[in-house]
Amino acid sequence: MEYDALFHALGLTVLCAPLALVMLLGLASLVGHPFGERTVGRLVQFAIVAGLLASLAVLGLMLWTGTRQVPIALGSWVVLPDYQFEVKLEFDRLSVPFVILSFVLCGVVGSFANKYMHRESGFNRFFVFYALFVLGMVITSLAGTIETLFSGWELVGLSSALLIAFYQERRAPVRNGLRVWVVYRVSDAALLIASIVLHHMTGGGDFDRLLGNMVDAGGVMHAWPDGLAHIAPHQALIVGLLLLLAAAGKSALLPFSDWLPRAMEGPTPSSAVFYGALSVHLGAFLLLRVSPILDISLALCAIVVIVGLSTAIFAAFTERVQTDIKCALSFASLTQVGLIVAEIGLGFRYVALVHIVGHACLRTMQFVRAPTLLHDYRTMDNAIGAIPANHANGAPQWIPVGARSWLYRFAMERGYLDSLLSEFVVRPFVSSFRWCDRLERQWNDWIDGGPASAPIADHGSATSVTLEELL
Amino acid sequence: MNELALPWLEMAILSAVVGATAVGRLRSTDRVRKWSVFFAGCSLLCVSGAWLNFQFLDANEAADGFQLAHRLFGFNAFVIDQLNAPLLALVALLYFLAIVSTLRATVDHFSFAWTLASEAIALATFGTQQPLLIIGLLVLGTLPPLIELRTRGKPIRMYLLYMGLFVLLLVVGGAIAEKERGLGEHSLWAAAPLLGAVLIRSGIAPFHSWMTALFEHASFGTAVLFVAPIVGAYAAVRLVLPIASDSMLQTMGLISLMTAVYAAGMAIVQRDARRFYCYLFLSHSALVLVGLEMITPHGLTGALCVWLSVGLALGGFGLTLRALEARCGRLSLADFQGLYEHTPNLAMCFMLTGLASVGFPGTFGFVGGELLVDGAVETYPHVGLAVVLAAMLNGIAIVQAYFLLFTGRQYFSSVSLRIRIRERYALLALAALILLGGLLPQPGVLSRRNAADEILKNRAQLQPEVASEESPRAAYLWSD
Repeated sequence: MEYDALFHALGLTVLCAPLALVMLLGLASLVGHPFGERTVGRLVQFAIVAGLLASLAVLGLMLWTGTRQVPIALGSWVVLPDYQFEVKLEFDRLSVPFVILSFVLCGVVGSFANKYMHRESGFNRFFVFYALFVLGMVITSLAGTIETLFSGWELVGLSSALLIAFYQERRAPVRNGLRVWVVYRVSDAALLIASIVLHHMTGGGDFDRLLGNMVDAGGVMHAWPDGLAHIAPHQALIVGLLLLLAAAGKSALLPFSDWLPRAMEGPTPSSAVFYGALSVHLGAFLLLRVSPILDISLALCAIVVIVGLSTAIFAAFTERVQTDIKCALSFASLTQVGLIVAEIGLGFRYVALVHIVGHACLRTMQFVRAPTLLHDYRTMDNAIGAIPANHANGAPQWIPVGARSWLYRFAMERGYLDSLLSEFVVRPFVSSFRWCDRLERQWNDWIDGGPASAPIADHGSATSVTLEELL
Repeated sequence: MNELALPWLEMAILSAVVGATAVGRLRSTDRVRKWSVFFAGCSLLCVSGAWLNFQFLDANEAADGFQLAHRLFGFNAFVIDQLNAPLLALVALLYFLAIVSTLRATVDHFSFAWTLASEAIALATFGTQQPLLIIGLLVLGTLPPLIELRTRGKPIRMYLLYMGLFVLLLVVGGAIAEKERGLGEHSLWAAAPLLGAVLIRSGIAPFHSWMTALFEHASFGTAVLFVAPIVGAYAAVRLVLPIASDSMLQTMGLISLMTAVYAAGMAIVQRDARRFYCYLFLSHSALVLVGLEMITPHGLTGALCVWLSVGLALGGFGLTLRALEARCGRLSLADFQGLYEHTPNLAMCFMLTGLASVGFPGTFGFVGGELLVDGAVETYPHVGLAVVLAAMLNGIAIVQAYFLLFTGRQYFSSVSLRIRIRERYALLALAALILLGGLLPQPGVLSRRNAADEILKNRAQLQPEVASEESPRAAYLWSD
């Protein structure tokens, strides 16, 4: 009993530390009196350390008591006669490593950003979005219900998009931020639909019930990843495909991979923590969380493997022709994420989890070192008299020359994903709605007596931005 | 009927009427603003008092204990109940915030006297359950924007055409329903015109052109206040829901669903901020109607929650855009404006209210949005997911507009565009309500559920064939 109370207190601390950080930084900005850099640094440090220590304590306690799964019900947010919105945290073999990883990497990057962003005009704005991101990561990692997971998922998406557009006086980061936001909204919609479908299938959004993480009739505890989801294979396939779509959007899997290099427009610390370490793995985390559903449908597993492997191959080729260090790193990340997804599809859940942790740590280190790459080369040059040749790039010699050129172009154009999306999705969408808009304007003008009545010339200027351009 | 300690609703309406008369006679701009704030504040206080008083009574409905309206009209004209209690507060709050945040730069285009008159009409509309009185007030409510358009020499034909049709349908539908009173069942001839009127007032496609015209030609404040409380939805609940058949409502729900998606798509391609806002609003008000027309507890509760959150969030969103317009003139979305450095608080408020309107986690609309989607999937298993599509497109439109207005370049201004103190308080109040409602949603959602139950009971009472249980009371004139 006393352990339950302790788990509860620690679980609350893990959640409340980033929540308090968001509220403090956000409210200070909202009332127009943001904190100074030093105070922000200390607040971030305090919140991250508090959250990390509490999550480590939960881990220690779980090991001490031999518990594999600790659900912490924080009560019902909304209770209606036939509807309940529960807030529940789930500490298990998946969420604990992920939340500790989040705190460690966010702590490292927060500390790095405190120096990196020194005297930047948007210092406070950066840390508000950063705090929002940490909160989103913690909520997503520990979510015990699909609604809670969705809340964290959306927070991560918003903070990512706004941080990509951080250097907001320039157009390129803003356009890229919007592009990422569009993909994230598609991903959010897929997750929301999946959660509703699951609700209707199982009557609730509790992961324990959805994924069968509970003690069975024989007294055997089925904690992650051994849960037994009780839905039919065809239902698993439908829900699984929706979840895979959500994961693909968030983790830049094919066909959504083109946004990843665009996301590198943000400040290096955010690129490191988002696209090298945590955010890019969130899709894989989602697939791991719902892995009992994958177990039900072989077709679904096969699709997951295919998506993962094709993403890995695509990213491996593309990475080789990048001329910018952050883009090269982002595609290198994507290669690993693709492999992780394939591992999940193949059923290697623990391998995938270890792969995520290891890869996230390595890639964060590479990203935060990226701005000093030239300096590193110069130091190396001074020390040993030469820069080591890079033999990693270039296509293997056994590929025919023609195919090599094609592959090179394909990789340079990042698989033509941008053009395909613009040509087949954005352009038809925009054209059809612009056509409707024109019709409506004509109708208005006809009734009201001519276009002279429109008080703003909104037909664009020489510098106007079309949506196609914006996206 | 339960009695309120004071005639709160009558006092709120009277305050707005007296205010409209008084400020109409003043000449000094400063005094006009000051007194307008005072009278709108009094109305807000009275409505808040009514809501608190009603909460303490723990009743389904309550009326003025002094029987003021009863003595005047011969019946309890103004009654507070589960449905309208928070809506009245929302209306009074929106008018108060609009008046408080009006800058000197826009005083010439914005009539405080007519705004207070509109507030009185809106409060009276939301404060009554009587169908004929609602119809009369809805007709009266179309006049202030028309007068403003005429005074400013703007085109009025579009507005006249659609509002004329709206009034005609209301009067015809109301007359037929009145004639059929006591027959036990209402015919299609009564429900269809009323439903048509509701669709026009709510701007459901293809009856929405008047709204874009209004936003283009009227002052932004007037246009926002005319649409933000979603009077059309109130008319739907009071006039149509009790008498329309399930199939009729579900067909209209599907049309509303298509409007929600269409308007969201249109919002994305707009290049004028006012038209963008208009379509954004249309999409949301269509979503509210989708929920109302589902006639299920989930859908209704979701719709009533979304109604409140959209009124608050998009009302605030509109006032933020209006504050920006007061500084920079008509806002174009054809190019980046880069206003963030000058107006960081307005940027935050823009984002917060915009995201709240699409039900972002942690804001007021989140749970309502979930319930609405849930109800839509339950009622329309295949096309219900279009609600998610509309929310997705609206989210994209809002962030795109944020980027276009606040980022992308540096805006140079020779004068300070910083937020004024009164605007700051107004925006902080809005932000507080949106976030508090998001973090502690239970009281709000439960009250909406109670209101939904009441609506369903009344409908069941008037249409015994759809009744699942006996209704304990009769609240509507249509039912005798």
